[in-house]
Parts: sequence; C-alpha cells; structure tokens
Amino acid sequence: MSINVKDVSKSFGDFHALRDVTVDIDPGQLTAVLGPSGGGKSTLLRIIAGLETADEGTVFIDDADVTKVAARDRGIGFVFQHYAAFTHMTVWNNVAFGLKIAKVDKKRTRERVSELLNLVHLDGLADRYPSELSGGQRQRMALARALAVEPSLLLLDEPFGALDVKVRQELREWLRRLHDEVHTTTIFVTHDQSEAMEIADQIIVINNGIVEQAGAPNELYDHPANDFVMGFLGPVTTLGSALVRPHDILVSCAPGSGAYQATIERIVSLGFETRLVAAPTSGGPPVTVQLTRREIGDLDLEIGDTVYLTAHSGRKPSARQSNPIDVSRPATAQTG
Amino acid sequence: MGKYLLRYGVLTYLALLLVVPIGLVAYRTFENGIGPVWDALTSPQAISAIKLSLLITAIAVPVNVVFGVATAWFLSRRKMPVPWLVNAMINLPFAMSPVVIGLAVYQLYSRDGWIGQHLFAENIPFLFTWRAMAVATMFVSLPFVVREVLPVLDELGTEQEQAAEMLGASALQSFFRVTLPAIRWAVIYGTILTVARALGEYGAVNLVSSNVVGQTLTLPLYVQNRVSNFDPTAAYSAGLLLAVISLLILSGMTMLGRSGRKEDTV
Repeated sequence: MSINVKDVSKSFGDFHALRDVTVDIDPGQLTAVLGPSGGGKSTLLRIIAGLETADEGTVFIDDADVTKVAARDRGIGFVFQHYAAFTHMTVWNNVAFGLKIAKVDKKRTRERVSELLNLVHLDGLADRYPSELSGGQRQRMALARALAVEPSLLLLDEPFGALDVKVRQELREWLRRLHDEVHTTTIFVTHDQSEAMEIADQIIVINNGIVEQAGAPNELYDHPANDFVMGFLGPVTTLGSALVRPHDILVSCAPGSGAYQATIERIVSLGFETRLVAAPTSGGPPVTVQLTRREIGDLDLEIGDTVYLTAHSGRKPSARQSNPIDVSRPATAQTG
Repeated sequence: MGKYLLRYGVLTYLALLLVVPIGLVAYRTFENGIGPVWDALTSPQAISAIKLSLLITAIAVPVNVVFGVATAWFLSRRKMPVPWLVNAMINLPFAMSPVVIGLAVYQLYSRDGWIGQHLFAENIPFLFTWRAMAVATMFVSLPFVVREVLPVLDELGTEQEQAAEMLGASALQSFFRVTLPAIRWAVIYGTILTVARALGEYGAVNLVSSNVVGQTLTLPLYVQNRVSNFDPTAAYSAGLLLAVISLLILSGMTMLGRSGRKEDTV
C-alpha cells in the first residue's frame, strides 16, 4: 500500500510541528522516520494514522485521499511507544480485540489469535495480564494486536524506545524478519540512527518540522543532502573546512599535496579499531580519525607525533548553517 | 515514649468520639432485648421510612452515577468551557451546608419558583413529596462519582482509547470495552459513597419534606421525629439500622478496594 503525504503542515499553538511536509512511500517497504526529539516525526505518523488532523495538506493511501477519513476506517495498525495495552484484558483478549470489533466469527478469531501469538512468541502467555509481562513482551503483544486485523499499513511510534538496549536490539532484528515474512508496508518512527540504518529499506530524516532528506540508508550515509543529515546518520569531524567521517581520513607520516599537518593528542584503542585525536598545526578544533587495527599497526604512532591527514571523501559545508555535531536542538514542547 | 503517648492518645480520642457513642446507641437499642427492636423496626411508620429511603436512593444513585461518569469523561477528555468553573460547581455540594441546598431546591420548586410555578399550574405535586426529596438527595450526593472517576481517567490517559480506535472501535465501543472496565473500581467506589450519602442525608431532604410520619419521612428524618416524640426505642432502632448499613458499606468498600488495587497495578 503506497502512502503519499502532500504539503502537510501542523501546529500546536505557536509551535510548528510540521511545515509543508511531502513524503512518498512505496508499497511493501520498511521505512524509518528518523529525527531528533521534537522534530515532528511522531506528528507525521499520527497524521498518517488519523490520530491527528493536519492543518493543511493531504494524505493519500493507495492514491485515495484519506485526509478526512476517521482513524478507525483507515485500516491501519498502530503500535504505541508505551504499548497502550488494554490493562484489564488478558494477552489473548488484547490480540482478539480488533477481530471482535470486526465481528469475525469465533472459530476464525481463535485461529488468528493463536497464529499471531505464535508469530510473536507469546504462545504460553495467552492468559496473562499485561502487568505480568516484561516490556519487550508487551510490545510484541501490541504488535500482534495491531497485526490481527490484517492492516495494509503498519505504523510504529518509537516502538522500542521504552525498552533496554539488549531487548531493543533483539526486537529490531525480529521486526525486520517479521516484515520480510508478512510484507505489510511499515513505517516506524525512531530517534536512533543505528536502528534506522540497520533495518529500514528507506529512511526519511525529519528535523524542525521539515524533511531534510529521504532515501536508502547507504545513499543518505554516503551522500547526505546537508550537514544535519550527515551529522545525524553517523559520526563526523572537521578537516580543514570540510565535514568528513572519521573513518574517511587517511593518515600518513609523510607530507602530501592537500594534506593537513597535525599533532597526535590522544590514542584511544577500542579493540577492533583505534581512535586518534589530532590537533591541526594551522589551528582549529581537533580532528578525530578512526583507524582499523591493521592501519594503526603499520603506522606505529605515538602521542606527540606529527602526521599528515587527507580526506578520501567528504563534502564541503553546505550553505545551510547547522551545527553537525550538536543534533540536540533546543527541546521544544512537543516530542517526536 | 512520646510515640506511644501519641498513638494511644489518637486511639483514645477516636474511641471517645466514635466508638463509645455508637456503642451506647447499640446498648440503648437492645436494653430491653431484641423484641421491642423488632417491633419498632416493623411498625408501619418504620417500614414506610425504610421504603422511602430506599426509593430515593434508587433514584438518586443511578442518575448521579451516569451523570458523574459522563461529567468526569468530558472534563478529562474533551474541552469544557470554563473547566475551573465546572469543577467548582461539582465541588459545591461538598462545601455547602445541606440545609442551603435544601433551601435552594425549596425555592426552585415553591409556588412562585422557576420550576415550581409550572408544576403548580399543571397540578403536579412536587414540593413536600418524595420527588423533591429525591432531587435534593441527588444534589447533595452529586460530587462523589465525579471526584472518584476524574483522577483515574486522567491517570489512565488516552492511549488505550486511541489503540481501540485504531483497531476499528467506535467511540461508544471504545468507552464500554476499554475505558469503563479500566475505571470500574473508581465507579464502584464512587457509587458506594453516593449510596451512603443518599441514605444518610438529613438536612436537605428535611427542608423539602412535608414531614408526615408514615408518608414523607426517610430513615434519618424518622429518627429525628421519634426523638422529638419521646419514642426512644424506635429512634434507637432506626438509628442503629442506619449505622449498620453504613458499616456494611464501609467494610464492603474496604474489601473491594483491596481486590481492586491488586488487579490494576501495572
């Protein structure tokens, strides 16, 4: 199911959550909406769901204008950050809720619920109450509940945001595998770039209410449209006047054309790789360089050594001045 | 030492203030055995008072429960015009003396009152009948359900309702299947408090009742009436009946509160 959001704007009081946002999502894809807190990404998701109404603009699902269609008639599955489990119902009844509302017959409901509980690995916990589940289990239950009515579109609002790191890692891989099995068009909101990079087919970067860039993860990583996207998708450092990735800097002990002379200030071994911090002789902020173990072994460096740094890829700072390192813009009232 | 002094001081205070007087009522009631008590409680006048109390409670409580839940829902989920004023109005019966409330109802339904003039024109008996007494009772017992339900609704938040909506539930389905079960303990608690107040109300109903024995006396009014008429056995018996009902309600509430809390902790 394709989603097209056209020129959507939304304000809460005098806070502009979204400004003229246009987004196109192809059927069957797993799309990440990525951005800092308060950037507008949750608002976008809730507008697609119908839980918020856009002040301006149009939402199309499969080329049909659904801007004025009620949320419950859109056929969308929604997973909330804090699970929104029906606390007074068992796991079974939570998952069966949508089917009961749709008046699916009892036999079919039974089949479908067991199938889904199996899919989310909650088979043995059907009679438990949400309060008796762990966070990860609750979120899987919420996912099964959303999938029960066979939505043509699945939306997840920071689905793993409230979970601890290990569970989050497990669940994100599991979500990817699930998506490969059921092929439902899926959009999830996250502020974690590694989560987006790891499982999404497409990433939409939203910041300050506008779409900074949309595209495949590698495309965004290798060809960021601006400093913000570059800084948000991975570590960056400044070499001369250019913004580069720390692993894209070549270190040499002999001067070369276009190389920056610098003095090593710190050598941090991270096991599989080593981080160098070097102060440019010409002044300016220290440069961070990431080297593999083999590269550093060949060079035999020590603190105080003079090195010559060249970027083997990188980009000039764009006209739009945004601080690439500090992605935590002033927190605004609305999160997401 | 001071700790014990305080602890037993409080206990003594409670005993002197509550237990001893109520115990005395019980003692006085059964002073001449159970026979006179039974006779007093089964006299036509007493039966009439019990029936009237139950009738008024049966009218006031359901109305206040439905209205109370609806009001709490609107205050919590929708934008009310001037919410602070609505809030203050709901608390009014708590703050105001019941006599003043009785006076207000009296004024409204009297021969030249706003509503009363129409009722008198149509020859519909209202003031000094059980009808006006039911209205006064409703007024007095209005805040309990709202006060109990509102904080629970606020605490619950709207996520579960939104989840129900995304699963295809209409607003009504979402309310009855998701919201109401989630707030049920608050509703039950509020209902019990409303029942207790409706059964026990004296001041407000006194003003709008014709105070005819065997016709327009509720249990509390009947107790007062018997005291004034030097009929202590009837007064003590009816008084003890009211006290026993209150104690049953209180213990029921305590038990419900326990089992309710256990299930709802998330």
